[in-house]
Amino acid sequence: MMTKAIEPVRHAGSRGTAEIMAQGLGLFSIALGAAELLAPRKLARALDIEGQERLLQAYGLREIGTGIGLLMNDRRAPWMWARVAGDVLDLATLGAAMGSSRRREAVALAIGSVAMVTALDIACARALSQDSQHEERWYPDYSDRSGFMRPAEEMRGAAEFETPPEYRASLKTSEELPRTPNAANRTD
Amino acid sequence: MKALCWEGKGDIQYEEVPDPRIEHERDAIVKVTSCAICGSDLHLYDGFVPGMKKGDVIGHEFMGEVVEVGRGNKKLKVGDRVVVPFTICCGECEQCRRGYFSVCETTNRNKELADKMFGHGTAGLFGYTHLTGGYAGGQAEYVRVPYADVAPVQVPGTLTDEQVLFLGDIFPTGWQAVVQCDIQPTDVVAIWGAGPVGQFCVRSAVLLGARKVIVIDRLPERLTMALAGGADVAINFEDEKVLARLNDLTNGKGPDKCIDAVGLEAHVTGSIDSMMDRAKQAVMLETDRPHVLREMFMACRPAGVVSVPGVYGGLLDKIPFGAVMNKGLTIRTGQTHVNRWADDLLRRIEEGQIDPSFVITHTVALADGPEMYETFRHKRDGCIKVVMKPDGHAHHTGNGHAKVRP
Repeated sequence: MMTKAIEPVRHAGSRGTAEIMAQGLGLFSIALGAAELLAPRKLARALDIEGQERLLQAYGLREIGTGIGLLMNDRRAPWMWARVAGDVLDLATLGAAMGSSRRREAVALAIGSVAMVTALDIACARALSQDSQHEERWYPDYSDRSGFMRPAEEMRGAAEFETPPEYRASLKTSEELPRTPNAANRTD
Repeated sequence: MKALCWEGKGDIQYEEVPDPRIEHERDAIVKVTSCAICGSDLHLYDGFVPGMKKGDVIGHEFMGEVVEVGRGNKKLKVGDRVVVPFTICCGECEQCRRGYFSVCETTNRNKELADKMFGHGTAGLFGYTHLTGGYAGGQAEYVRVPYADVAPVQVPGTLTDEQVLFLGDIFPTGWQAVVQCDIQPTDVVAIWGAGPVGQFCVRSAVLLGARKVIVIDRLPERLTMALAGGADVAINFEDEKVLARLNDLTNGKGPDKCIDAVGLEAHVTGSIDSMMDRAKQAVMLETDRPHVLREMFMACRPAGVVSVPGVYGGLLDKIPFGAVMNKGLTIRTGQTHVNRWADDLLRRIEEGQIDPSFVITHTVALADGPEMYETFRHKRDGCIKVVMKPDGHAHHTGNGHAKVRP
């Protein structure tokens, strides 16, 4: 069996998609970080974790740092994995707050939101990592595997098969269409 | 006997299990000579289809020799060589008599469970969750075939296992997916996914006379194989925007017929919506990743047909149903009514119209099955289709890899 090598390519589709997502998450990270840095008391009150404002501000700085890292670097995968690590820290902190907070519903809502963002971060980080790994890849050449005895083009329409009535769904072929709209109503 | 058993997500084991025995007079016991890993087995492997139990014998693509027959089975005799369709059907209920074998009303012995999941239960399937009857599967040395006087397809000794094995699932699945599109000579057909079913969709669309066949995937080896089988255009979705390219290829009209040969595990890195789906799957807000369905509904020409042989299992988000309704699309889905097509497809193989063995890339001993699940799952080593030999000998290796235990 022959093998071929793909030229090292930039996979514009998936790289573009993962990177657009990464940039979006970078902006989200900065916005969330700014909120934690600038309004820690409001957040602490909402979650009933007053006294932990400094911790929230530190988390805010972390969010802003990873957000800037995502936006400023071409190699975004490590920064995205850093976001995942931060998410784990956030979840651990919220999990600990669950036991002491009187606003458990708010904490549970926050945990759910962070879990969703974590899943998104992981998907994006994996996509970015895969893209960097798959820039060059060898693949087998299956160009001799038509499954037909004759050239594939000669097999077009060779089945001589009539669609069973219950599967008929097609528009008339363009050759069968009436030339004028009125002709469509003719019954002859 | 030895068999491949599902022991949890990502865990298939080669194990000793009890030999099957005749339980009903219509049964037969088949000694498996060849079996295959199907793309839908990966949905079980990845834990996306509910209803599996640890120790379940997996697999639904298999063939072999009849070694025991129940007293009431007048169709088969010991020594017959048969391909066993993955759908178990009674041949007597209203659906079977209509030819809708995959929704047989009799053979799913866990129908109540399936009723809860799907509203109404469907046919029993081999090796495919307790929602479809919990029947032991065919990745084993021996299989009990219930209602064996109905579905098994007797095959002549002049054809190799590799030529006929896929009559039990992926060949008729690809064929039905295209037939239910009602192909016309002017049709442009777009096929998402160039895995095994996608490959048979391509060849079926060619045989049925589509004007242009477009295939969409990301793996060059799969796209190359599709082009070899008559696809006119290959779109690598990692390099191109699919909707834009489809519009370019159809003067902005969209493909007349669209086929989803991907199913619930669409590749995650291809689009933002598929990443969102993956995230939602992780926190159990969604069960399937329906990126291909979304794309097909947007791509398809108004009044066109969308055919879905790809397996879906549960709940799907953000489906552009407005596009479906306003464009007047026809959606056709379903597990394959294998026996509806198998005899005709066997004739086509015998006549040399097609040789399905082209799709086999790996032939291994059954004992190597767990390793091959990983290889197939991650599409390593150019893997497209794995055939396994319970006796440990690769009789025929296609043109691909052969790995045999002594």
